[in-house]
Amino acid sequence: MTETATRPEGITPSQTVGPFFAYALTPHAYDFPELVTGNLLAGPDAGEVSGERITITGRLFDAEGNVIPDAMIEIWQADGEGRFAGHDAALSNSAFRGFGRVECEKDGRFTFTTVKPGPLPGPDGGRQAPHVNIGLFARGLLNRLFTRFYFSDDAAAHGGDPVLALVPADQRATLIATRGSDGGKTVYNLDIHLGGGAETVFFEA
Amino acid sequence: MSRIYPIGSLAAHPPSLSPGYKSTVLRTPSRPLIRIPQTMSELSGPVFGHESVGEKDNDLTLQHAGEPLGERIIVSGRVMDEDGRPIPNTLIEVWQANAAGRYVHVVDQHPAPLDPNFSGAGRTVTDENGFYRFVTVKPGAYPWRNHHNAWRPAHIHLSLFGPSFLTRLITQMYFPGDPLFAFDPIFNSITDEKARVRLISKFDLATTEPEWALGYKFDIVLRGREQTPFEDPHHD
Ligand SMILES: [Fe+2]
Repeated sequence: MTETATRPEGITPSQTVGPFFAYALTPHAYDFPELVTGNLLAGPDAGEVSGERITITGRLFDAEGNVIPDAMIEIWQADGEGRFAGHDAALSNSAFRGFGRVECEKDGRFTFTTVKPGPLPGPDGGRQAPHVNIGLFARGLLNRLFTRFYFSDDAAAHGGDPVLALVPADQRATLIATRGSDGGKTVYNLDIHLGGGAETVFFEA
Repeated sequence: MSRIYPIGSLAAHPPSLSPGYKSTVLRTPSRPLIRIPQTMSELSGPVFGHESVGEKDNDLTLQHAGEPLGERIIVSGRVMDEDGRPIPNTLIEVWQANAAGRYVHVVDQHPAPLDPNFSGAGRTVTDENGFYRFVTVKPGAYPWRNHHNAWRPAHIHLSLFGPSFLTRLITQMYFPGDPLFAFDPIFNSITDEKARVRLISKFDLATTEPEWALGYKFDIVLRGREQTPFEDPHHD
């Protein structure tokens, strides 16, 4: 069957994910198999994934500081060697999908189990500091909100990062996850604020 | 084969702050978005193949012992890029209310009956031509608390990935002729009328199956165009 490619009028516009997505998109409490979770190391070959094992956690707040319990947060990242699933053929990368998704808890908390990504090539032959892309969906968000976070122990690399360079210096801290530890595990903390004094920086691309 | 993602295409989306939809007020960042270059992080994206979906995940009427109540429908269409080229092997997730306008979600308090034979969640992956097809029942309209006597027009929620982080889309599909369109601040948050009507599916006699189910067509256009030498002579 041949298709004549007629140029569409434009892209399909976005609409809110609404309050009732969990039974389809994050259905751990429902009778529908989960496709993606917050554990990026859940696969049988997780032991082969390269990179430091880390937990990323934080809470999501609205402009008045109320927690947002009904949001969905997705992350997309490279493995410990800066390779993306499906885009780098390296064998050791096959166990790592690089994509996670959670629904916030009642107190606005989100938690991911993953590896710390490596540095990445940037535009114009430069280098990007290790970072994770975030997509945020919720009731009241008509569009996905897009941001990134970086890691506090990479401060030396942040100066040369082409994306951080576009963020006013006094707002960069909203994108830096703070390294800590909990019972011997490495935990990075990052709260996300949709408004108010600590408003997180958001991007478009 | 590389793609380009023209930034101007984003004008089809609703403004994030749309005060008629009250929940947007405290959830919209006050500062403008910072435009960043499209780097490898944005130009790559998760891959979900046919192994991601079960055989009956695209038939929401077969997930329980009996058949759900309501008007059986077939929703099908093509997922394509801005050039009209098919997007094959891409995941689509859907969810919806039952025929009475009730979601199985624990937070839904609408006093309409749950249907023991209907959950309302499904998945599929587009074929090599970008086609997809779901069988379900037509969802009912339902009330919400945005303003006095607020009702959502009947809709199906859809979540799509496409080839990169930039093509990710969550949207809602509506049904033709719904009398609630004029009163719905979510539908009307899309200020460009031409873009707004793209969310309304079309009744389609060709995909309607005799003695069985009505067909609705819904094509979906994700961001991205094929990069041609003409558009960028300096890169391959
Ligand atoms: Fe809905």
